[in-house]
Amino acid sequence: METKNYHEDLSHIRSMMERSSRFISLSGLSGVVAGLAALIGAAYVYFVFKREGIDYFEGERNFFAPALVKELTFIGTVILLVAVFSGYIFTAHKSKKKGLKIWDATTKRLLITFAVPLLAGGVFCLALLFHHLFVWIAPTTLIFYGLALVSAERYTLTDVKYLGYCEIILGLFSLFFLGWGLVFWSVGFGILHIVYGLIMHKKYK
Amino acid sequence: MIKINQLNKEFESRVRLGIMSVLMVNDWVDFSEMKGLLEITDGNLASHSSALEKSSYIEVKKEFVGKKPKTSYRVTQNGRQAFTEHLDALEKLLGR
Repeated sequence: METKNYHEDLSHIRSMMERSSRFISLSGLSGVVAGLAALIGAAYVYFVFKREGIDYFEGERNFFAPALVKELTFIGTVILLVAVFSGYIFTAHKSKKKGLKIWDATTKRLLITFAVPLLAGGVFCLALLFHHLFVWIAPTTLIFYGLALVSAERYTLTDVKYLGYCEIILGLFSLFFLGWGLVFWSVGFGILHIVYGLIMHKKYK
Repeated sequence: MIKINQLNKEFESRVRLGIMSVLMVNDWVDFSEMKGLLEITDGNLASHSSALEKSSYIEVKKEFVGKKPKTSYRVTQNGRQAFTEHLDALEKLLGR
């Protein structure tokens, strides 16, 4: 065998290891869309507050009427669905272009690793809702989401862990500024996603 | 002086390299997943995997999921060591 073949062997080995252990089709654009959805959602929430006679940047933010909480929960769910759906569309498109399967053992492992901290965080937030501790919800979601990203790093592009660290730090930081959840949410889920998405899109085009 | 005999003959085929690479970074991998990753035929995978099993580089597990037989592979300690040595030899050969 010639040296050239050994070179090919090595790159074959590398790509097989990479392909079989990491899900690499996650599209940067889906991050951008998710971020935009979050920002639009946050702006909408701001106007909902205004309609209810609450000036978000002034005064007490610790009490919300039950109907308002319901509406906010609904808006949050819509944003989440838009983000997840657009993420799926862009990622499926990228997978197809690369000739990779979107649903295989690696994806499954990725989703499970991602889902465990996220579900724990979700239940935690439901408990906070139940106890009417609304101001704690934003920090909690940011922290648990960051933890989920850091733990999912093993099965996808390693760069997601940096996004994860940023979300955790932001979440911890926001614990000291309770009541500014909407602002921290916009930064964490909006701006960070857009920045991350653009960097990824450029890096892995 | 390049010692070409340090390269393991068992890993000469591309398919075997592929099987070992996948198993180095995963736990149990089943037949159909492996087939999809390497993009090879059933017969091809079966013959190469049984060769690797014979040299005790991989472990083969056969079980039934419902009524369907399922074959899974995992690298043995022996195989891990042999493949690492093979990679080292390859890299030396290429002067890295």
